[in-house]
Amino acid sequence: MSIKHGLLALLDQGPRYGYQLRAEFESRTGSTWPLNVGQVYTTLGRLDRDGLVVPDGEDGEGHVFYKITDEGRRELREWFDEPVSRAGRPRDELAIKLAMAVTVPGVDVAAVVQSQRAHTLRALQDYTRLKARAAEDDLAWQLVLESLVFQAEAEVRWLDHCESRLARRDLVAPAPAPLPADAGGGAVPPDTDDERSDDRAAPRRGRIRRGNR
Amino acid sequence: MNAPVLELRGLGRTYGTGAAQVQSLIGVDLTVDAGELLAVMGPSGSGKSTLLMLAGGLDTPTTGMVLVEGKEITGLPRRKQAALRRRSVGYVFQDLNLIPALTAAENVALPLELDGTSVRKARTAAHAALEEVGVRQLADRFPDEMSGGQQQRVAIARALVGDRRLVLADEPTGALDSATGEAVLRVLRARCDAGAAAVLVTHEARHAAWADRIVFIRDGRLVDDTGRQEGAESLLAAEGTR
Repeated sequence: MSIKHGLLALLDQGPRYGYQLRAEFESRTGSTWPLNVGQVYTTLGRLDRDGLVVPDGEDGEGHVFYKITDEGRRELREWFDEPVSRAGRPRDELAIKLAMAVTVPGVDVAAVVQSQRAHTLRALQDYTRLKARAAEDDLAWQLVLESLVFQAEAEVRWLDHCESRLARRDLVAPAPAPLPADAGGGAVPPDTDDERSDDRAAPRRGRIRRGNR
Repeated sequence: MNAPVLELRGLGRTYGTGAAQVQSLIGVDLTVDAGELLAVMGPSGSGKSTLLMLAGGLDTPTTGMVLVEGKEITGLPRRKQAALRRRSVGYVFQDLNLIPALTAAENVALPLELDGTSVRKARTAAHAALEEVGVRQLADRFPDEMSGGQQQRVAIARALVGDRRLVLADEPTGALDSATGEAVLRVLRARCDAGAAAVLVTHEARHAAWADRIVFIRDGRLVDDTGRQEGAESLLAAEGTR
């Protein structure tokens, strides 16, 4: 996720100081990816070092303003022009989990699929509720939510696909016999789902702020 | 506490006999309360549509019973079942079932007219229902003068017309593009928020997500239930603990 380019896009609309940048970044993305002000200042420092922004004076309260340079505008245009690379994305824990589950004896793969699907559908319900409440003219927030909706939907469709693949495999060759309990029991780490539930709960603050509008 | 709008108890349906026997639904227990939108998901042939047909009194269960607003409909004579469907239950069919010789408004008004409502009142209600689904301007068109998506919306208006307490919808967004499909789900959602109950059969997760609760059906059995989710208030509490 590019904080650097997000900040450049905001500064392209005029000089701003750190707290302003944080507030605007969060308002455009519904706090889906909350920033702390430390991250904002660290990023501004790097942008300044690389000649993409320059300090632009202080106001009466000591806020240091930054403005974008020509070099910064060029960098921003390049960002908009280039597609976001699919290489170097974070590893997909769920795909890894399923790949392991179908090869480790004794794992109830259908149960893994079903519990994930129910979990992802709950996330999808959350996003949909937020969408139902979002203001019609808040296009930036609507698009961020729809991105989450489509990603979750894709995951559910893939899980449906896994399920039918499993069913077909079991028709051809019955599932491998389970290992003794002590050998198979640890195949799926029990805490994995908790980590995922943190992921899906990402737009927390957005939920609240938008919900109260 | 009020009775659930829809209650299924031990519901089962078997088709055929002997070697050709198929158990389409097996021992399904389910309740849907007023204000609740329930989505039913599952693979093709899992029993989703059978469940809906039984819930709407369009088919008779082999075992178990169906209660609508606390009244068992399973044993009712056909005429009474039909009257109940006209008054309390709106049904959106997968294949629409609009009557070709009637205009959109006439199609929508028909269940009310059959139930003894005056033609004028029934037409007024029909226009309101068409307005609700965004096709008021098509009131005087015949089904073959409308696109598939427009016909679908008329079929949904027919299910909503009057004061239906229970709406049963079998893939109601099937013929619609994604924005129109969403508009229809918003209508269903609003109906439930206003106190109706609805059951939506769908294979689209994005559509099921408009529901309060999603149940999964496989090989005729309910296998999972996402449970009724808490509102935004609980998210506020979760935020405070972060």
